[in-house]
Amino acid sequence: MNESNQATISTGNNAIATAAKDAKVQVVAAYPITPQTEVVEQIANFCESGALDAKYIPVESEHSAMAACIGASIMGARAFTATSSHGLLYMNEMINWAAGARLPVVMANINRALGPGWNTWAEHTDSLQTRDTGWLQVYVSTVQEAYDTTLMAFRIAEDKQVYLPVMINLDGFALSHITQSLTTESDEKIQAFIPPFQLDHAIDVTDPHGYGTLTSSDQYVHIRYDIERSMRASCAVIEETEREFAKAFGRTYSWTDEYLCDDAEVLIIAMGTLGKEAEVAVDILRKEGIKVGSMRLRWFRPFPDLSDRLIGRELVVIDRDYSFGCGGIIAGTIRAKTGLESYNIIAGLGGQEVTYLDIASFVKERKIGKEVWFGVDETKAGYEISRSDV
Amino acid sequence: MYEIRLHSRGGQGGVTAAKLIALAAFRDGKHATAAPFYGAERRGAPVVSFIRIDDNPIKIYSQIKKPDLIIVLDPSIMELVDVFDGLKEDGTVLINSQKPFDLAQHEAHYVDLTGIALKVGLVVAGTPILNTPVIGALAKIGLFSRDSARSAIEEMFTDPKNTEAAMLAFDEVHQ
Amino acid sequence: MSSIPTTEYLKKCTSACPGCSSSLILRYVLKAAGPNTVLVVPACCTSILQGAYPNTSFGVPVYNVAFGSSAAVASGIAAACEFLGKDTNIIVYAGDGGTVDIGIQALSGALERETNFLYICYDNEAYGNTGMQRSGSTPLGAKTTTTPTGKTHLKKDLDRIISAHNIPYMATSCASYPKDIYAKVTKALSIKGPKFMHILAPCPPGWRYSSEKTIELGKLAVKTGVWAMYEREYGKLKLSSPTIAAIRKRTPIEDYINAQERYKNLEPAVLTRIQQSVEYNLLLLERESREEENNEAEERT
Repeated sequence: MNESNQATISTGNNAIATAAKDAKVQVVAAYPITPQTEVVEQIANFCESGALDAKYIPVESEHSAMAACIGASIMGARAFTATSSHGLLYMNEMINWAAGARLPVVMANINRALGPGWNTWAEHTDSLQTRDTGWLQVYVSTVQEAYDTTLMAFRIAEDKQVYLPVMINLDGFALSHITQSLTTESDEKIQAFIPPFQLDHAIDVTDPHGYGTLTSSDQYVHIRYDIERSMRASCAVIEETEREFAKAFGRTYSWTDEYLCDDAEVLIIAMGTLGKEAEVAVDILRKEGIKVGSMRLRWFRPFPDLSDRLIGRELVVIDRDYSFGCGGIIAGTIRAKTGLESYNIIAGLGGQEVTYLDIASFVKERKIGKEVWFGVDETKAGYEISRSDV
Repeated sequence: MYEIRLHSRGGQGGVTAAKLIALAAFRDGKHATAAPFYGAERRGAPVVSFIRIDDNPIKIYSQIKKPDLIIVLDPSIMELVDVFDGLKEDGTVLINSQKPFDLAQHEAHYVDLTGIALKVGLVVAGTPILNTPVIGALAKIGLFSRDSARSAIEEMFTDPKNTEAAMLAFDEVHQ
Repeated sequence: MSSIPTTEYLKKCTSACPGCSSSLILRYVLKAAGPNTVLVVPACCTSILQGAYPNTSFGVPVYNVAFGSSAAVASGIAAACEFLGKDTNIIVYAGDGGTVDIGIQALSGALERETNFLYICYDNEAYGNTGMQRSGSTPLGAKTTTTPTGKTHLKKDLDRIISAHNIPYMATSCASYPKDIYAKVTKALSIKGPKFMHILAPCPPGWRYSSEKTIELGKLAVKTGVWAMYEREYGKLKLSSPTIAAIRKRTPIEDYINAQERYKNLEPAVLTRIQQSVEYNLLLLERESREEENNEAEERT
């Protein structure tokens, strides 16, 4: 029992596990994968030690992890899981199912690159590949934000106006394995903040229904539209939850984390830890007289309405992801939502080292409408390195 | 901002040492980030951890290129890795060693952490534990207070030998 | 044995094919299980025969799930029931493709974790819902839309795979023996932990026979020894009476083969191999059963 709030240190992974415990999850089904393992280990420890009263299901795959969360949720229990990269994509079928079945499952995804070759470091292409599934997606940049956002995720997902699953994303190793300060909150305050789990369409043997039966096109269209309707309704729920969170715990969050944006002529847009590091680049560039600000995106689904904030400024968008044959996914989404072109830097793939000095140089070298892969010499072929020599 | 690079071998507790440093600095009222750099290392392979300490929240996640302090938990690594790479001109070094190191322009401290661990019986599965003694040595060279070192260790470990070893290391750091 | 309840949980409005045995099996499964039951159904004929949204022909809650996920979804339901203190029967009702092929990993995991549920595989020996493609459970020599000249591999021995999990209860049965199904489901649900049943489900369009012959085909499968009926409690074998009779004296296998067009123009060499595999299976079961009896006799003396 946490009787009062406590200031300590924690890794990003431990913050996620602790938040799941403090949110009193009831069923956890998870499968280990680097760099998520510490989350699973911690939760299994919490369950065995009695620190958390929950059923932990040590499933045999990520597909089954999400399947079990779906089963637990529809039976009326608060369900949680965590995964990464290949695990996330292995459960992709059930990720779609959870959203389609309107189940408020909460999942942490520790962002990691996809093979081949084997690479366990940070990249956002894994979760961004699941952006069209009906899950709410949020990207965090500090250990405290990981904890706080996980607590908020349960309240948002379980709101009747939403009833959609939420995915909290944090950079593999860059955030999952680093240690920062963390203030955890008391049980009493958390329970006042997150209402008890209540799923109106949970299975009830005294009122039998068929779930997910054969559905005609006409009915199906309406069921799908309802997902979008709830996605839109979630905007107000997110804002309300973040407001209430600030009131209860004193820490403020929003759609974006903005740093010196108000008078900025140039905006650096990024997600995750790179979005935080960009603030240091802003300080350096401001000293050189460049009016620049940093806008770190937190919520990617629903994607916020940023038009008023973006129009009239030069945009430098850092994508730690890529959609082959199209471009950076954040830059593409901003173009789709606002019609604005940007200078799109593809940087940080597979954990590529990107420093605040690099980010400052992106701003100085910006050419709006152009896409550049950081660290890539376009005159050289790279495919040879994908095949090892004996 | 004060930046530290810690060199150890996989299994020696370098990652935990980095966490302890962050916790001790945090107990001193500072902001701190400890970031182990993970490759595909296994037991025995050289491992690097980065620690940043500052009065303000730390926003940098990239690796430390020019450290203020370099800690070497296992001096045999120095044969494999240039552990002093990028060390600031006025930078400091702390090495786990029985004998002094002569590093011309740098302030070099040494302490026999292995000997201390063996002396107080701080051995797990046949391996001397270095991550708690090093915290005492770091308190001595002024990274954080002796009290914060003690409370950080007591928060993370129950065995009093850890504090005992740290306090011994505090007294035995030489320049 | 107590009499079979007259209450029907499977309404008469299912959209099953004429002569469908899987709906017949389910009718008796649900009679044994009663209303305090959640049915989990992966993609299979049963997902269709419930009828179309917003209607359902089933009188218990049915959770339809993705093909390979049923045992894992049931694991989650079981964990939630345990956490919430609900004593509800959790039954997976899955076809052979969803069991022996795409669902076997989730099934194996759920059994290993001692999930408190009953998994029933109704086996029509092909992917029926998609139009009769071969599954791992399709027998040697049978024609399907993906084995147009007959399957060249043996049927996967699911029961020995399940048996290797050492679960408290497993049983095989056949659609033509509803009382046997009722008794075995009743017994399974009285036991805590993972339970498994494998029920042969003759299928007129898949096996290519006229729909009024479903019961006859199922009985022929058992009488010829092609399908064996038994129970295992913690591995301990107990043969069911139709199979004991078949071991003593069985109908020629040709009677079963020739009744189905899926075996049309079966080459004699393939028939011989089918015959051999049937004989070998019965031999193993008979030998094991005799050993059990001897052990029991020894224990008594």
